[in-house]
Amino acid sequence: MKDFKRISVRRMTKRFGDKTAVHDFSLELGKGEFVAFLGPSGCGKSTALNCITGLIPLTSGEIFIDDECIDDSRNKVPPEKREFGMVFQNYALFPHLTVRENVAFGLKLRRLGKAEVERRVGEVLRLVHLEGYAAKYPTQMSGGEQQRVAIARCIVLEPRLLLLDEPLSNLDAKLRVELRYELKALHERLKVTTIYVTHDQTEALALSDRIVVLNFGRIQQVGPPSEIFSNPSNPFVADFVGYKNAWAGGIEALKETPDGLEVRIRVQKNSLDARLPYPAGDPRREGIVAAFRSGSPVCTAIRPEDIVAGSRPGANSLRCVANLVEYQGHTSQVRATLENPASEGGAGALVDMRSSVDVAMGEIVEASIATDRILLFPEGLPEAAAS
Amino acid sequence: MRGAARGSYLYLLVPALVFIILLFLYPFFYGLYLSLTKANGTFTLTNYARFFSDARDFRTVWTTLSIAVPVTFVNVGLAIPFAYHMRRGLRGEKLISFFLIVPITLGTVLVSEGMLTFMGPNGWLNQLLIVLRIAREPVRFTHNYLGVVISLGLQGFPYAFLMLLGYVSGISPDLEKASQMLGASRIQTFWRVLFPLMVPGIAISFCLNFVMAFSVFPSAVLLGQPSGPTRVISIAAYQWAFEKFNFNAASAISMVMAAIELVVIGIILAWRGRMYKGASIVGKG
Amino acid sequence: MQVRGKSKLSSALFAIAIVIYVGNVLGITLTVVLNSFSKGWYSGLLPSFLTGEWYKYVASDHDIPNLLAVTFTVAIADVVLALLISFPAAYALARNDFKAKGLLLSLFLLPMIVPPMAYGIPLAMLCYKFHLAARVVGVIIVNLVPIVPFMILVLMPFIEQVGTNLESAAKMLGAKRPTIFRKILIPLTLPGILTAGILSLVKAISMFELTYLVAGGKSQTIVVALYADAYAAGARPPQAVDALAVIYFLIAMICLVVSLRFVSPTQMVFKLK
Repeated sequence: MKDFKRISVRRMTKRFGDKTAVHDFSLELGKGEFVAFLGPSGCGKSTALNCITGLIPLTSGEIFIDDECIDDSRNKVPPEKREFGMVFQNYALFPHLTVRENVAFGLKLRRLGKAEVERRVGEVLRLVHLEGYAAKYPTQMSGGEQQRVAIARCIVLEPRLLLLDEPLSNLDAKLRVELRYELKALHERLKVTTIYVTHDQTEALALSDRIVVLNFGRIQQVGPPSEIFSNPSNPFVADFVGYKNAWAGGIEALKETPDGLEVRIRVQKNSLDARLPYPAGDPRREGIVAAFRSGSPVCTAIRPEDIVAGSRPGANSLRCVANLVEYQGHTSQVRATLENPASEGGAGALVDMRSSVDVAMGEIVEASIATDRILLFPEGLPEAAAS
Repeated sequence: MRGAARGSYLYLLVPALVFIILLFLYPFFYGLYLSLTKANGTFTLTNYARFFSDARDFRTVWTTLSIAVPVTFVNVGLAIPFAYHMRRGLRGEKLISFFLIVPITLGTVLVSEGMLTFMGPNGWLNQLLIVLRIAREPVRFTHNYLGVVISLGLQGFPYAFLMLLGYVSGISPDLEKASQMLGASRIQTFWRVLFPLMVPGIAISFCLNFVMAFSVFPSAVLLGQPSGPTRVISIAAYQWAFEKFNFNAASAISMVMAAIELVVIGIILAWRGRMYKGASIVGKG
Repeated sequence: MQVRGKSKLSSALFAIAIVIYVGNVLGITLTVVLNSFSKGWYSGLLPSFLTGEWYKYVASDHDIPNLLAVTFTVAIADVVLALLISFPAAYALARNDFKAKGLLLSLFLLPMIVPPMAYGIPLAMLCYKFHLAARVVGVIIVNLVPIVPFMILVLMPFIEQVGTNLESAAKMLGAKRPTIFRKILIPLTLPGILTAGILSLVKAISMFELTYLVAGGKSQTIVVALYADAYAAGARPPQAVDALAVIYFLIAMICLVVSLRFVSPTQMVFKLK
């Protein structure tokens, strides 16, 4: 494997006719990093992946490995010469070859000696726990086993970049978890630079060093899992990682402090206090301040786990009416509506909360939300965030 | 569920079984019987002996093989790259497929008849060749070996092509992509991945094409020289049956035809068995 | 999504080959059509005169209505009979995986591998023996032999596509086998039946060898009459032969075009697994 330090994707764009699948995609990958492309179906993540492999030509943009340009949308290094490995959602194992022959496929193309091939195949099969399977055919194996063969087939070639396109989607839930652990262990051990495409946030959070969240062909946010999880930068990302309770409201009061904002917003007939930890200069802070100054509405985002039944000192309190209660063991999932004593003719906003105490349908619930558990976004509701 | 259900399915097969036995197996074995007897019913091998010893008749085997084997190789051999090229669809695919179907639909007789005019010494093809300076005088396309071969090619190629196209388009494109990512060039991907998976289709294509070519009759008569260079084995059988009215001899020849075909098919299937050791499911993942 | 661009050279070669092929097919059909209307066309690009006299000649020389009637009767009768034989058999084979299945399937497909002459001559003999030859009935019977296996092959995938759970559901609701056939299976496999029927119809019209062996004067199909004319080359003017060929051509092409509305070209050449 030719050594390298960085892979750079610069302003990569892919258009199919008049539809733009990937727009202005830029990313720097360090050697050994595990990056996940996360997003819903049709967001462009698979297209972006296939552009990086070279299987799809770029409409514009460039891809570099260190200083070598491997694709500038006019000329490109063909996929078979890039030393990248790809694992497909449906495994793509050659049905007419045994496991051993599948894994050895790339090695044989490189004219390695028979003994060397045998040794490396054996080694990698041990790595994926498939020692006894060398003589089997893919159709004789389960989905999870086939996927392990597919992975083995790639890593035996020591690729510079490993690309996985929703590799666990075709497996059942239990296998998915198992194989996820194996993938994590493999990455810890081999430190192969990896791009992993998925629509499952659990996988992305568990496996990656950094997550790239995509929607409508554009990057929404890039950052380590903790950042994406606790500090989503727009309503779409927030919704995708589990923030619900998107309520529209107007800012009544705003106080700027050195390391954040204290905001009071009015949601229907309720006032909520929120403390946002955005330091000066943070664009998110500026967005909220601008919304306040122009009187534009903002949108909340609150995790259901952060809306708790019962009142607590120092926290916001809300009254809502429980509509639907689902028992889930530790907590119950409660769908409620904000109580609206003098309603303006509309229904109260929907509240998605968790309760560790029993709640009956139609019961009035006093809920509290800590002030630092509310996110605010100036753009409005998630669907409208597509720019 | 097994026993009762299976019994109840059997009666559905009865019409087809009756049909096959009555209209195929019975005639076939009757033919076998005829081939081994004289007109009066006594057992004899003279029918076969006569066929193998009569130079003119025996030569038909070689003649027919020398037409059928090369034609089949060419038909299937050409069909492979064409099917490969069109596997992901092509502009004008519908139109091309339509033209491919036409000779099959029209049948041998019309194609042969048409070729006599179109490819005759004064026909358009020769006129074109002379105008394009490809030939200096009319090329003999008809009433010879070439004519028969062309006719078989025009009809056999579409068959082989369409069959192989169906096969090759059924191979998941991800397999090609995977091969590429593992470092294979286009040619390597073809020989190591696509071709092995096409083998069953190629084998069947070859068998059916060969059967068609080996049984050739109307084109050999109309387009060839049935009394000489293109006297194929079906002509010999026909003549013994309907011109000399010796059905025993004719049946012997029919049996020889069937035997040769079965041998060739056996060879093809053996080749296929050796090539394709793996599972029989073509990868859709 | 393209895996690779096709190289310019292979595209060019492909285009040339297609042009050559299509050119020949067009050339053959056009010359036949043109010749049937021509007089005094011995050399040169186009005939000197155009005339319809050859068609009049053919009409007086052949009993065209009879030819047409026989051709269609045979084709339609064969398709109907074949459907009645093949559908149950295809169903039994598609739904079951019993040990003898492979054997039975090979048995049913044998007529496709064995040359028509090999079973045709004895079959023709038998027809003569039972006074079925030189009659439309004989032609119908004889042509069944290649059509039935073909139809079984075409029908099986369509039947396999109709899940068995549909039949199970019907059974649970109280339906017996004939009702299941009538109300569920046949309606759902209608596309398959249509496909098989149309493909076989087109095939039946163009089938030659077997009909040739048993047909007599009044039980000829158009194809056989055409061959007989073409064979006895000296006895008729070639333009008249071509006129008959055009009549046949029209029939075959109409059937083809109609069938292509329901069926794709690849399906016309079945896929064997």
